[in-house]
Amino acid sequence: MNLAISATTIGAQHYFILGAILFTIGATGLLLRRNAIVMFMCVELMLNAVNLTFVTFAKALNDSAGQAAVFFTLIVAAAEVAVGLAIIVAIFRRRQGATADDIDLMKG
Amino acid sequence: MNPVLFAVLNTELEKPRIDWPIIAPVVALFVTALVIVLLRAILRTQPKLVYQLSIAAAFVGLVTSGAFVGNEWRIIHRSGIFQTFSGAIAVDGMTVFVQAIVLIATALGVLLALGYLRREGLETPEYLVLLLLSATGMLVMAHANDLVLVFVALEVFSIALYILAAFDRRRAESQEAGLKYFVLGAFSSAIFLYGIALTYGATGSTSLTEIATQLGVVDPKAHTGLLVAGFALLIVGLGFKVSAAPFHMWTPDVYEGSPTPVTAFMASATKVAAFAAFLRIFAGAFAQASDDWRPAIYVLAVLSLLVGTIAAAIQSDVKRMLAYSSIAHAGYILIGLQVANAGSKRNELPGTAASLFYLLVYALMALGAFGVVQSINHRGETNHAITDYKQLSKRQPLLAALLTLFLLAQAGVPFTGGFIAKLSIFRSAVDAGQYQLAIAGMLAAVIGAFVYLRLVVTMYATGQDDDPDAANEPRIKLDVGSRIALTITASAIIVLGVLPNWFLDIAHQATQLLTR
Repeated sequence: MNLAISATTIGAQHYFILGAILFTIGATGLLLRRNAIVMFMCVELMLNAVNLTFVTFAKALNDSAGQAAVFFTLIVAAAEVAVGLAIIVAIFRRRQGATADDIDLMKG
Repeated sequence: MNPVLFAVLNTELEKPRIDWPIIAPVVALFVTALVIVLLRAILRTQPKLVYQLSIAAAFVGLVTSGAFVGNEWRIIHRSGIFQTFSGAIAVDGMTVFVQAIVLIATALGVLLALGYLRREGLETPEYLVLLLLSATGMLVMAHANDLVLVFVALEVFSIALYILAAFDRRRAESQEAGLKYFVLGAFSSAIFLYGIALTYGATGSTSLTEIATQLGVVDPKAHTGLLVAGFALLIVGLGFKVSAAPFHMWTPDVYEGSPTPVTAFMASATKVAAFAAFLRIFAGAFAQASDDWRPAIYVLAVLSLLVGTIAAAIQSDVKRMLAYSSIAHAGYILIGLQVANAGSKRNELPGTAASLFYLLVYALMALGAFGVVQSINHRGETNHAITDYKQLSKRQPLLAALLTLFLLAQAGVPFTGGFIAKLSIFRSAVDAGQYQLAIAGMLAAVIGAFVYLRLVVTMYATGQDDDPDAANEPRIKLDVGSRIALTITASAIIVLGVLPNWFLDIAHQATQLLTR
């Protein structure tokens, strides 16, 4: 079996699978990592994996709606960054460190 | 000049027609929010004046928006339901009904907040700006007929709510609530967005109308894994937002930590907007593929009822208890969603109508209950334990009576709106042949009654270790806003319980005028 992949064999399904893998890495990271900043980066990774999937489908379906959707995602992600970092900074000011395990005032 | 480029520049671009009357409610709220931000920037030196002006502006904006919603209802009755903005926005009965609930909840949310903000020393116009922006997103959600627009609307109201949850910067619980809500909210949004991408890949469109057409053509047995995975992820994403079990983990923490008027708004309006999207996407566009998603909603409904009622029974904090009960309420509405388009003879959708009516009643019950909880408390939100409610009937008879009313309504006692709402949900489930779901709902209602009665008994029971001076405790003087808000919610719940026909009729009319 020839393991060398030539450029022509990379098709839509490869991008789709890459998107799925990136999304899974992001989701797993969010659930496993405890640092608020890293959790935040994982959300960004998930959103960008979705962007990749959108573009892949747009190319495969020959439809521009998927590419347009990416712009909406980008803007939403930017807004989320602004708000998310503001909340993290506000918490960071009160205590030294942004580890999720320390944020446990409420339980039950 | 390049001839090709020249040709392109000369072609008339097909511009979408802007249908101003339809987006007027959204624009009214958005412009109001911007005006308040501008006032804040221009009149920097007079924060007091800006705050007074922004309260006035908020109410003017809400009333204007409400008038435009009424106008929309008139347009639908005159010329039927339609779609505009190239099919991205649907104008139908549900749009108007949901917008009306959101606007009522926002207005009551502002009224409740005024006294609270004064007590906690948080009187800033930003609170009103964020509340209005959040409501703007919810109004867009009511209109959205395109998955991408649903996502944008979802984010617009969620992002404003993340900040509102963390609004009380001095209280660590509030910040913690903000961070938890943000991380899990962003997570669920990403999952929802991936669901959109997969559905787009499977059907070739993000427009709900086109997806419905596409699903009508394809044989249900030939649905690909891609499509089903897309449905699953959309359900997970929306399940987070409506706080349905097993995606409810954030709810108790966020409801407990957020400032109470924010919790009231979050519990009522967010649930309404997210369920509107749920109904429009699943009961509307995916109706042809209902065999794929109905079992999942079934499981979600039963789990929410189970988790919500049982966990509520063991809470020692009133806000947490109400949070778990809101999970149970999501379960009842999910029953309505499960049977949303079953047995639709003569274009009737009893499940959808029951869900919409339940959402209206639930929004009022939640606002009322959290409103009383907020008024009973002192600066700093320290007395939320159930034991703090001992002898409340002696200390604060009026507030205790009001809280009893809201709790009994949530339990579904006759002559309150909660009874009619539960009854119509169960009836629609029985009519659709979903007997197990109806029985699960009734059992949950019985356990739920215990939860609410426990708190009522705590307030009214007398024991040996009672403080004899309880009756002499100074009565809490309610501020004007809370007084108006609690009067409106209490009387609305009684009216909905005694004379529900008119409202039920409106809900039915709303579903008959539905884009499908």
